[in-house]
Amino acid sequence: MSGSALTLAGLLHQYDGGGGFTLRCPEFSVAAGESVLLLGESGSGKSTLLSLICGILAPKEGRIDIAATELSKLRPAARDAFRAEHIGVIFQQFNLLPYASAQDNVLLPLHFSSARRARVTDPPARARALLAALGLPEGTAAVAARHLSVGQQQRVAVARALIGAPELIVADEPTSALDATTQGTFLDLLFDQCRAAGSALLMVSHDPRIGSRFDRVVELADIVTTERAAAA
Amino acid sequence: MIFRLAFASLLARSLTVGMTVLSIALSVALFLGVEKVRTGARASFADTISNTDLIVGARSGSVQLLLYSVFRIGNATNNVTWESYQDIAARPEVDWIVPISLGDSHRQFRVMGTTAEFFERYKFRGGRDLAFEDGRGLEDLYDAVVGADVAETLGYSVGDPIVVSHGLASFTEHADQPFRVAGVLEKTGTPVDRTVIVSLEAIEAIHVDWQSGGRIPGQSTPVDEIRQMELTPTAITAALVGTESRLQIFALQRWINEYPEEPLLAVLPGVALQELWAIVGVAETALIGVSAMVVVTALIGMMAMIFSSLNERRREMAIFRAMGAKPRTILGLLVLEAALMAAIGALAGMALLYAALAVGRPLIDAAFGLWLPLDPPSLRELQTLAAVIAVAVIVSLLPALRAYRLSLADGMMVRT
Repeated sequence: MSGSALTLAGLLHQYDGGGGFTLRCPEFSVAAGESVLLLGESGSGKSTLLSLICGILAPKEGRIDIAATELSKLRPAARDAFRAEHIGVIFQQFNLLPYASAQDNVLLPLHFSSARRARVTDPPARARALLAALGLPEGTAAVAARHLSVGQQQRVAVARALIGAPELIVADEPTSALDATTQGTFLDLLFDQCRAAGSALLMVSHDPRIGSRFDRVVELADIVTTERAAAA
Repeated sequence: MIFRLAFASLLARSLTVGMTVLSIALSVALFLGVEKVRTGARASFADTISNTDLIVGARSGSVQLLLYSVFRIGNATNNVTWESYQDIAARPEVDWIVPISLGDSHRQFRVMGTTAEFFERYKFRGGRDLAFEDGRGLEDLYDAVVGADVAETLGYSVGDPIVVSHGLASFTEHADQPFRVAGVLEKTGTPVDRTVIVSLEAIEAIHVDWQSGGRIPGQSTPVDEIRQMELTPTAITAALVGTESRLQIFALQRWINEYPEEPLLAVLPGVALQELWAIVGVAETALIGVSAMVVVTALIGMMAMIFSSLNERRREMAIFRAMGAKPRTILGLLVLEAALMAAIGALAGMALLYAALAVGRPLIDAAFGLWLPLDPPSLRELQTLAAVIAVAVIVSLLPALRAYRLSLADGMMVRT
């Protein structure tokens, strides 16, 4: 299927809380298998947009389609299940379970997603293969995440997003904790694995230097407008 | 795998989790310990007298008869005449009969007059015999055998002189006829420990110069003369009876209860003990209640611990959510965690109790005469453990629901 991995249309989100923050996104899409870099500073609505895409927040108006499903129509529990099935998330802070081994961290999404689980024949072997492909030294798969270096944690987080080949990988500033050289190597590995899994990649960053590797670079400000109430 | 993760998460917080598990373990050990002591005490109580088929005394209540004849608490309202005693002893159903004569005391302990047969016939704890720690039984008229508590409290050993007081709390002493400690009994955990045993004849002997509770003025029969006298008692307080066959117990009991010459009462010790336990047993309910409260306190402590850990664990829960876990999975995870802690605590408590029992059993027996059996856990104990886990699950629902709400609000983005 050469359709789109993600389509946003006429999106309007408003926080009910005190801030009175409003976010609009009239149109944006990512094609299947495409890699897109969203450039934007913090406070530009990045996190809110990602939460909407991941189905953590529900938009007030408009629609979100991921892998031919209208996410914005689903009930909260169904959105959780949908996220588990179709989206791999890489966080700025990696967000690994510190007490669990690298391998268990990678296997975690499969526990909540039958479709991704079905795509993997031997999950532990696949997890180790992914970790190895991402350049994690052998033997580290059994090590608890809190004992890994920052770079290693980064790779575990990527392997966790990639396992079971979800249609869309969403990455929030995954390189901010790395220096320039490691950044390059890391992105190479990430791209290789996304291609191998056939997943589309949507990365949010404030760093324009990495843009050359992506199919497309989009300024966040071009697709999203935000308003804050005067009180803020 | 979720189970493994929950376990790993607990291990990662081993200090607080360890304290919580420890408090649950201690409370469970206390609860089961109280339960053990309670059943042990009950069994021990029921074992105060065994292999005796009937206790006979003057007509009163069965509990009262048991209290004064076996526990040496309170007094007999009336005596049994020697003629009645002999009538009973002559019955064909009677295998053996041991008379008991009470009424005098030595310091704070009761003096009991009986025959040498008492040492053979009196059994406790399922047929155990009285045994001598030191010395021998009653041979001379002025021999006395003292129980373990008497010997310990008053520092008596074989050969020491004893002067018996008249009545139970009096300053009139039978000073003219001192006894000699002939034997010291081993600890039994029964009222025998607190008894000074002399022969029935000796009780008569010290009362030769007495009449209706008072000394006959000016009269003092020399000991040599007394030794020559016929010292058959005119009355006894009670008697322990063994029958030829257990089937005859009830027939003999009816015969005694309907004895026309004198109002008598015969009771089955087991039945009377049960009646008495029904009265004493109220305290055990209170004990159980208190120790159950301790268990509940420990579980509430666990709940507080989970509550206070929620904030630092918001990130962990957000990770689960980002991976596609539903808020209800988060709820389940916390409940599972509580159940795990309670299960580990309960098992550790049980292990603790058995370890303590294995070490402390002989000490408890020596100090209190309470023999606690080291049986495999009873169904009731297993039920208790299950109940602890069930209550843990219930109390953990409160923090789990809060986690549920937090994870709904936080989603997968926790700003730290």
